[in-house]
Amino acid sequence: MVKTRIQLKKLLSDYGMLAILLLLCLFFSLLTLKQQQPQGQSAAKQLANAVAQKASPGERVLVVAGTQKASQDTARMVAEMLGRRSFSRVMEVRGTPRDLRLALDRLRDESERPAAIAVTSEAVEWRVWEILPEAYPEFGQVTLVTPETYYWPDFLKLSNLLAVVDRIVVIAIIAIGMTMVIITAGIDLSVGSLIALAGVISTLVMKQLGGLGAPAWTVAAGFLIGIVSCGLLGAFGGFLVARFKVAPFITTLALMMVARGLAFSITGGFSIYQVPDALTWLGQGRSLGIPNTVILLAVLYAGAHIFMSRTTLGRYIYAVGGNEEAARLSGVPVAGVIVFVYIVSAVAAGVGGCIQASQLNAGTPNAGLMYELYVIAAVVVGGTSLSGGSGTILGTLIGAFIISVVQNGMNLLGIESYTQNVVLGLVILGAVLLDRLRGGASLAFLTGRGSAD
Amino acid sequence: MIRVARVQTADSPNQPMDTSESSAPILQMRGMCKRFPGVDALRDVDLDLYAGECLAVCGENGAGKSTLIKLLGGAFHADAGEIRLFGAPVQIRSPAAAQRMGISIIYQEFNLIPELTARENIFLGREVGRFGFPDRRRESATAWSLFERIGVAIDPESRCSELNVAEQQAVEIAKALSWDARVIVMDEPSATLTEPETRRLFQVIRDLKADGIGLIFISHRLDEIFEVAERVLVLRDGRLVSQHRTHEVCREELINRMVGRSLDSEFPRRSVQPGREVLRVENLRRGRSVRGVNFGVRAGEVLGLAGLVGAGRTDTVRLIFGADRLECGTIFIDGSRRRIGSPQDAIRNGICLLTEDRKAQGLVLDHSARENFGLPNLDQFSSHLFIDHEKEKNSFEHYVRAMRIQLHSFDQPARTLSGGNQQKVVLAKWLARNSRIVIFDEPTRGIDVGAKYEIYQLINDLASQGKAVIMISSELPEILGMSNRVIVMHEGEVKAEINDVGGTGQEELLAMMVASGTGV
Repeated sequence: MVKTRIQLKKLLSDYGMLAILLLLCLFFSLLTLKQQQPQGQSAAKQLANAVAQKASPGERVLVVAGTQKASQDTARMVAEMLGRRSFSRVMEVRGTPRDLRLALDRLRDESERPAAIAVTSEAVEWRVWEILPEAYPEFGQVTLVTPETYYWPDFLKLSNLLAVVDRIVVIAIIAIGMTMVIITAGIDLSVGSLIALAGVISTLVMKQLGGLGAPAWTVAAGFLIGIVSCGLLGAFGGFLVARFKVAPFITTLALMMVARGLAFSITGGFSIYQVPDALTWLGQGRSLGIPNTVILLAVLYAGAHIFMSRTTLGRYIYAVGGNEEAARLSGVPVAGVIVFVYIVSAVAAGVGGCIQASQLNAGTPNAGLMYELYVIAAVVVGGTSLSGGSGTILGTLIGAFIISVVQNGMNLLGIESYTQNVVLGLVILGAVLLDRLRGGASLAFLTGRGSAD
Repeated sequence: MIRVARVQTADSPNQPMDTSESSAPILQMRGMCKRFPGVDALRDVDLDLYAGECLAVCGENGAGKSTLIKLLGGAFHADAGEIRLFGAPVQIRSPAAAQRMGISIIYQEFNLIPELTARENIFLGREVGRFGFPDRRRESATAWSLFERIGVAIDPESRCSELNVAEQQAVEIAKALSWDARVIVMDEPSATLTEPETRRLFQVIRDLKADGIGLIFISHRLDEIFEVAERVLVLRDGRLVSQHRTHEVCREELINRMVGRSLDSEFPRRSVQPGREVLRVENLRRGRSVRGVNFGVRAGEVLGLAGLVGAGRTDTVRLIFGADRLECGTIFIDGSRRRIGSPQDAIRNGICLLTEDRKAQGLVLDHSARENFGLPNLDQFSSHLFIDHEKEKNSFEHYVRAMRIQLHSFDQPARTLSGGNQQKVVLAKWLARNSRIVIFDEPTRGIDVGAKYEIYQLINDLASQGKAVIMISSELPEILGMSNRVIVMHEGEVKAEINDVGGTGQEELLAMMVASGTGV
């Protein structure tokens, strides 16, 4: 019984934030629940079938689309389908209600009469349909065909969910390294600046190797050099922390300034745009319909999770943070472990910088400002203790998603960005507080029990 | 429960100084119950405390002693029961409330802020002065007089981090007195003190009794209970099993009551002939704490390291284990010279160290018992960098059985284990390493009598398996009862070596430990 309780507590403290994340998703889903106009293949099929029932192939048929691409694509598909069913007099109208009026006027002038009008997605909402019978009495009864609408939250649309992930990907990847650093009871403030440094160095390499017309391998070379440079800085910082016991906060604060300064001085303060087209593949490309960034994120998190939970070095990281002296006296190479986590953190920041450069299609010395704070927030919201020794990689992923979901949800609700910051800050506080209350309450009996003699 | 009236016998050495007290107890606890999930920590325990007496509470770890005093100190709330102070029922809702009522608890881990001065610690939270500016002079004068009252010479302006354990304890006592405490509870007050310091503490306790203060004294050391307490309560498994007047009960009976069974002897017998020398150290030096130490240990031998706290015993074994950097000296294992620059080197050479402070140095308290066990052994439990959790679990299971480690689950945080079981987990992790040289630093500190016996048995098992054992202990009976040979350290040097351990008395050993002159 005690065993199950301990396991339950572990589960709660490891993944209790998952419940909060799901609640947030539910909340934003409810708030963004809207009537949705179907689009694409199935909507087109539905419209074509309805038109075929209401009108005969020889009659004049109008297909109306708005200005959005999705709407126009659907209209084109409807027209094609009707054409295959030997409707020869299909007319596509695209644009605004004014375009429709002009088209209808022309029909009237030619004393023709549309037998049916198929309306795709956004055009359904036009007011013009209400006045149609009065404005064009000579058409008599015109059959309007609209697709069947359905209710679905904007938040839960696939495109939006991918945007949620895409938006947080840089922060989430860096948070992997930060989680390891914080588990050793350290902190790494330099990651934001390293984003800029990695971006600037890698694009500079690409520029030197040929600039706009450079072959694709130069991108890989640039990324590699950018990431390795960050790793070297991280190793230096880790060495200071491990060997000379310089406080991690101070060490990485100094490196934050150094890295940012280097990024500016290398570029003279300007962004580097002379980069090959292949640069965008990582940050903007897709494989099998999934953004490459999302794939990279999933792979890195899976790897880091296995690393932390199953390998010797992972266990050592926890041990160093839990009790450095006990770990040392148990033969753990403490200094090596500490240097390692700072290298991982810096390399993760380097990867993040490359993604950022790829998303912006440029290397910018301004990139990643304040990112260290978002990264730390994601880690802490994810349940990692700043005093070290505990925390999980998956918890951090959840923490990052909580931040991203809140930002995305507020965007969908049209909340202005200043207010968003206030809300985000409060959400971070609330999440950590909830965790504290739950963790504290359940920990009290354990510690109380432990010292109960 | 039987209420034990205090009987005054003229020849009793424990006769209270205060003779004018009334027969009504100053503190009564009735039917105290406390449940934690899965365990009854206290069941229907009664306690009476009279003015001017010292009441000892003893019992094994987990018997409920700490829970009882935490109820009194307001750290826990009882599920049932009544506390009466001077006859009036009281509710103790918080540690601060207890203090205001005149109940002071001095825990094993002191509640002092190391970077504040003794004076600042005493007056923390109720500074004397105005508008947030403490009146140093008045506070200081009060602190001086408090220290004078308990007979210690401490400058109130010295920082607590600069004070030794005994002085810190004195600060705690002064703090209690400054609250005008009528009831003072001391949890294992002598655990970290040297013999002379313990003597001084007992004098303070006698003085407090003379002032009519009621003391509750918790200790594993039965000798001390007989020395300072008038009465003793025995707890076992959360129940009050018996209470005695100390001059009417003998040591063996107390042990039997605590353990619930009788132990043949406090120290189990061992019959191993020491073999050839496994470890030899020559001229070990580090700063002022270790100044040219030489000794050797043989296979199957238990070598006792005796000395006062600060004699350099711990520093010496830390050098052997590579925990501190050796300034000078050589370490030979099996006759060949080895370089040991880090604990990793030591572990590779088959040396292990069970530190005196298990919580700070031996265990990662918030991590599970299994993970603590695995920490130095991951190379054995992993292949291609990945840990084989199954293998780790099986190995731990073996040791849990063999050493009778009591835990609910392998994944239970080490913090929640009792002292004896924590020590066993630490020992298990080193046994899994198959260490040949096992160094114990105060192996039974804070461990109850029953578990002590088991630790002694484990030490004997190690010796009979041909391992070389070095044991530091401040408990003289322990060091004399367990060692084949004892070396006595004083101020960083080896002062004496005792080969005839059986023929040496405690007084003799103590004399060697405190002797600042030449060795024996």
